[in-house]
Amino acid sequence: MKHIENVSRRGFLKKLGISSTALVLGVQLPAMLTIPKALAGVTGSDKFSPSVYVQIGADNIVSIVVHRSEMGQGIRTSIPMIVADELGADWQQIAVVQGLGDKKYGSQNTDGSRSVRRFYQPLREAGAAARMMLQEAAAKQWQVDVSETTAVNSTIVHEKTGRELSFGSLVAAASKLVLPEQSALILKDKKDFNLIGKSDVALVDGEKIATGATTYGFDVELDNMQYAVIARPPVLGAKVKSFNGDAAKAIAGVIDVVQLPDLKEPAVFKPLGGVAVIAKNTWAAIKGREALAIQWHESEHKSYNSAQYKKALADSCDNPAKILRSKGNVSKALSEAKQVIVASYYVPELIHVPMEPPAAAAHFHDGVFDIWACTQTPQSAQGTVAQITGVAPENVNINVTLLGGGFGRKSKPDFIVEAAILSKQLNVPIKVMWTREDEIQNGYYHAVSYQKLAAGIDEAGNVTAWQHHVAEPPIGSTFSKGADLIGSEASLGFIDMPYDIANISCAIGKAPAHTRIGWMRSVTNINHAFAVSSFIDELAQAKGLDSKNNLLAMLGADRKIDFSKENAEYGNYGETLEKFPVDTARMKTVIEKVSTMAKWGRKLPKGRGLGIAMHRSFVSYVACVVEVSENSDGKIKVEDVWMAVDCGLAVNPERIRSQMEGAAIFALSLTFFSELTAKDGVIEQNNFDSYQVARIGDAPTTHVEIIDSDAPPGGVGEPGVPPIAPAICNAIFNATGKRYRELPLKQYGIV
Amino acid sequence: MITLTINGKEHQFNDDGDMPLLWALRDILKYTGTKYGCGKGLCGACTVHVDGQPIRSCVMPVSAVANQKITTIEGLSEQGDHPVQQAWQDLNVPQCGYCQSGQIMSAVALLDREPNPNDKDIELAMSGNICRCGTYQRIKEAIHLAADLATEVKGS
Repeated sequence: MKHIENVSRRGFLKKLGISSTALVLGVQLPAMLTIPKALAGVTGSDKFSPSVYVQIGADNIVSIVVHRSEMGQGIRTSIPMIVADELGADWQQIAVVQGLGDKKYGSQNTDGSRSVRRFYQPLREAGAAARMMLQEAAAKQWQVDVSETTAVNSTIVHEKTGRELSFGSLVAAASKLVLPEQSALILKDKKDFNLIGKSDVALVDGEKIATGATTYGFDVELDNMQYAVIARPPVLGAKVKSFNGDAAKAIAGVIDVVQLPDLKEPAVFKPLGGVAVIAKNTWAAIKGREALAIQWHESEHKSYNSAQYKKALADSCDNPAKILRSKGNVSKALSEAKQVIVASYYVPELIHVPMEPPAAAAHFHDGVFDIWACTQTPQSAQGTVAQITGVAPENVNINVTLLGGGFGRKSKPDFIVEAAILSKQLNVPIKVMWTREDEIQNGYYHAVSYQKLAAGIDEAGNVTAWQHHVAEPPIGSTFSKGADLIGSEASLGFIDMPYDIANISCAIGKAPAHTRIGWMRSVTNINHAFAVSSFIDELAQAKGLDSKNNLLAMLGADRKIDFSKENAEYGNYGETLEKFPVDTARMKTVIEKVSTMAKWGRKLPKGRGLGIAMHRSFVSYVACVVEVSENSDGKIKVEDVWMAVDCGLAVNPERIRSQMEGAAIFALSLTFFSELTAKDGVIEQNNFDSYQVARIGDAPTTHVEIIDSDAPPGGVGEPGVPPIAPAICNAIFNATGKRYRELPLKQYGIV
Repeated sequence: MITLTINGKEHQFNDDGDMPLLWALRDILKYTGTKYGCGKGLCGACTVHVDGQPIRSCVMPVSAVANQKITTIEGLSEQGDHPVQQAWQDLNVPQCGYCQSGQIMSAVALLDREPNPNDKDIELAMSGNICRCGTYQRIKEAIHLAADLATEVKGS
């Protein structure tokens, strides 16, 4: 087991200030406040370099390092559950320690629904290795065979004689032992799990949240810290022509006005530029910013106007630049079809609006950065700060706070770099806070999309042709200026359409970007699933079939799909098809399960409708049924949502259910309410009145069931989102006979 | 000089009287349990009580709350065991948790006014509090549970 380093050497421990009687696996950090030198810069790729950190003290406390960011998905509970279960630790004697940004942990990019997916096995191995060393230490002391010992509740037990030794009493002896080889590790049987798969584990941070005692990025307070808000360019790439900070400086509490370096595209994770107001408190900084007089140069992106852009996207769908999946001959099949169905779908530009906007506190001193931030990507923050400020990465310490929501926004460390630049320049601790207006108007946006679909149906009622054209600005444009064709986004519900059709063509049109395009919870699965799962339902109507029966029929025989045989390069979320196949049998299972849950096929009163959709994303399978009602004023309400999820082995079922409940609301927001529009390059919305999200009165009751599975754990945070919007629109069609193909639905006056 | 009484403790405030209470609490007096979410009274993350009434501290000038009784999440109970705080923990309501201080303060104010609210009462009282993680269903359940817990406490 080479990836766990036994570092419980006296000298090292002395340096870190940990008791030398502690058994340490991995380079353990005693607490957030002890700031070690981080070791590495950003790694370009998402390299899997597993290591897990467990420290057991003589006081019997088991400290578990969580190296992933907590943003509501429950990872600060789920990671300790995995380690503690394998270790045989007493859950009441666990201390959860947040890891700093450091590549020794392997990837810390908390995105792509992969914390458990990627780390389940290494976390278990770390727990097992520690447990086996404690067992060995106890067996030696008792002079018995190690196989006669077990670990229960942080105690090693010799059942034959009833002897017991606490973990704490064994740390000195265990520290002297050699780590077991990975091949020698004995992992628990599923039937012996007492934490993994259990639903009664309370949230690690539950009490602190309920008492207001947690620390988010916005909450960080450093000695002598100054507060900064920044006036950023209203249009991407607009540079400061001139500014006058006199009125701002005249405001009580304002300390300084500082111009930031202009942005040179591509934007990557660089700050946008603009003018910062530094003050004694946030309020003075905000008032100071209002008093700034800034003249901006024009930017090429001034040409961005949403209405025209939408039309350009539609035209681009008619002139695709690249075919990404092709099977058979779609043109021929369409021309020979008895019936051709066509439909177009539109999803506007969207933004994350986590309740906590981006915030970061930086302190540059003695050539070192100490930074605290609500970041999903501490290593990328470290690398970007190092690159832009010229400070070596090992001198950039990134402390990860709790995140008040992330949804992909906090995967981009631009806001952290802003704080770093200002602290270095002004030589004081600086906290940069984004206001809600900043977050909405200067974000990394979810791509607006236009999609055109056509299907051919033959005499026998079979769908023989599927043509899907997409135009949406690519995330690649944020990293390579001028990129206008999607890349990896195509593997998110577009080229992996799973229905069994003889002739298929999936093609993309060009779409130049005028804002920073980024990833937002489930990314372009949102757009693609909306189109695919709405269109499938339209085909059911055309064929005169029940929506659920149509889904099952169109999935065809049980099979594991290899898209490479249809000239498609499918990414499969970075996983192999051997480990995580595209399995139509599992798709059918979640469809059947959710249909049972929702009593699909039951007779509904007038004004009620059911809609169904299924989508595989992040290697997990989710089917949902939505029930809507229409009142006498024609207003639609989502009453109930049923979701069946197959995410492989369920590590933390309680948090899986909460993620599905949350995904339903996240998707409901974008289905009914949320839309960004641009005028002359400027985003027109700026707060929750103009950029609306679901409130409590909009919330349905969501019922979740998890398929029992021994397959490797798949994603959980994102896969619940994509099928909801099409299921809602399918349900509205079922209730009212009206088919909506453009989001958000508020434009139709039905909410 | 403005006297602010927060969670039973008096503070002398010497800064701009127009400063919203939110920033006075967070930046000056270091009560960071009260959160910023919108600055316009649209999301409820900054909800605190003034003389028992829930208000949005991000749009309430400090000068308007002088000498009144201000309660923040930190002052709701000494042991974190207010029935609403208990219910929130029992049902694992939070996801990211950022909005929950405001949610809890709104819920407490509702229960003070209406000890046994129905779903409509809850939707009305909580409509100003956004949760982007989407914990609404559990918030509703937790308010019902808190109502039960409070009744039990009174009855015992």
